[in-house]
Amino acid sequence: MIIGVLALQGAFREHIHMIKKCDAGAVEIRLPAQLDNIDGLIIPGGESTTISKLMMEYDFLDRLKSFAVSGRPIFGTCAGAILLADKVGGKKQDLLNLIDIDVKRNAYGPQVYSREAEITVEFPEPEIFRAVFIRAPIIDSIGSHVIPLALYNNTYVMVRQDNILVSTFHPELTEDSRIHQYFLRMINHKQQITWKQNEFLRVQKI
Amino acid sequence: MEKFGTLEVKTGLAEMLKGGVIMDVTTPEQAKIAENAGAVSVMALERVPADIRAQGGVARMTDPAIIEKIIESVSIPVMAKVRIGHYVEAQILEALGIDFIDESEVLTPADETYHINKWKFTVPFVCGAINLGEALRRIGEGAAMIRTKGEAGTGNVVEAVRHMRAIHDGIARLAALPEEELMTEAKNLGAPYELVTMVARDKKLPVVNFSAGGIATPADAALMMQLGADGVFVGSGIFKSEDPAKRAHAIVQAVTHYNDPDIIAQVSKGLGHAMPGLEISEIGEVNLLQFRGN
Repeated sequence: MIIGVLALQGAFREHIHMIKKCDAGAVEIRLPAQLDNIDGLIIPGGESTTISKLMMEYDFLDRLKSFAVSGRPIFGTCAGAILLADKVGGKKQDLLNLIDIDVKRNAYGPQVYSREAEITVEFPEPEIFRAVFIRAPIIDSIGSHVIPLALYNNTYVMVRQDNILVSTFHPELTEDSRIHQYFLRMINHKQQITWKQNEFLRVQKI
Repeated sequence: MEKFGTLEVKTGLAEMLKGGVIMDVTTPEQAKIAENAGAVSVMALERVPADIRAQGGVARMTDPAIIEKIIESVSIPVMAKVRIGHYVEAQILEALGIDFIDESEVLTPADETYHINKWKFTVPFVCGAINLGEALRRIGEGAAMIRTKGEAGTGNVVEAVRHMRAIHDGIARLAALPEEELMTEAKNLGAPYELVTMVARDKKLPVVNFSAGGIATPADAALMMQLGADGVFVGSGIFKSEDPAKRAHAIVQAVTHYNDPDIIAQVSKGLGHAMPGLEISEIGEVNLLQFRGN
């Protein structure tokens, strides 16, 4: 199994390190043609404006949309989550629109409000995970087909819609590979969605 | 349960900037140009290093009013410089909500002996270094990111190359030393022993290392990336050139595709004049910024 990590800008090396730690192969993706030979893609954290400009410049948009339509999973962290989102600040993006969420960019404020926090992730069994939020976005709302997997401060911080997974925090910045393993199980079709957990989290959020 | 300003949160922001270009700007308009060109961050300044060098006088932290206007004008993180050792300037920048502080030799040093104790701050710091010992001293003081100093405001990449090579040579040397020699090497480097053993083991710095000081063309930027930089700072090189927007855009492409000569060739075409450069030997040693703080 080979995972591609979009390497236009940002923390792509950390994701590659994590994937290799999970005993899967990982390659850097800088041009759209390189998407053909991979089984799943990670869009890393970085500066979403920078990465989006480079994605457009090198004609990634249509290729990434057909990649998703082919059923292969995509995991976006932080900036990656923004790039995959349908809406930013209530406005439909002219970008990938691959997951039905509305995000607010840099929603916690300047860097002094970046933080570590312990959250509970539904793997689907609930487990504690130390999440690192760096100038992170907030997921303001999610569509009816989007499954919440983790909550923090009454907002969703990790959600999934079919083959698209996003987190607003950075699992690649810790040595904890459980979320990367979850993503690899999505590729193997071994990670089913549990609707019971979904309902539970939706009720929890006020 | 929530923790702010931890090492991971500070170095984490530096990790997110990797593979990117950080550009010096002096106005909100320039900041927008930088953001539109794909900069990962901007450095808010009153004067770019080339002007500081030309005009002389004491160079201080930028007027907070200018910094605030620049923060409001862009969504990418904003950095600003403080004088070496001037921790009150750093307190002011932290209060303003700056995302990263550069304790910089480009400004006139406030303290000739001591740098800022950066552990006391929630906001992360980047510091300059010309060799491994200096880099590790700054990390020991709490820097979350290093940049090789180069020679700011010259448009001459030769010092940036020298410093990047010096750091990588220093790392290679540590990695090759037997363990019993590391304490003496720490003494010789003037660096904390724990960091020396960490670098010897990991064969890399424990924080992100960008290149700065003299980068003026896409080729310069790609050269520094191939030499092992995690990203680049471009100071005077953009807004002292003939067509800043075009050059900024080209340098961003060159940093992403630093190993692809076809793309670098394509983006290097027709950029207009680069900033006029300075030959290092003509500057005179007393005017070199790189030896401020060590």
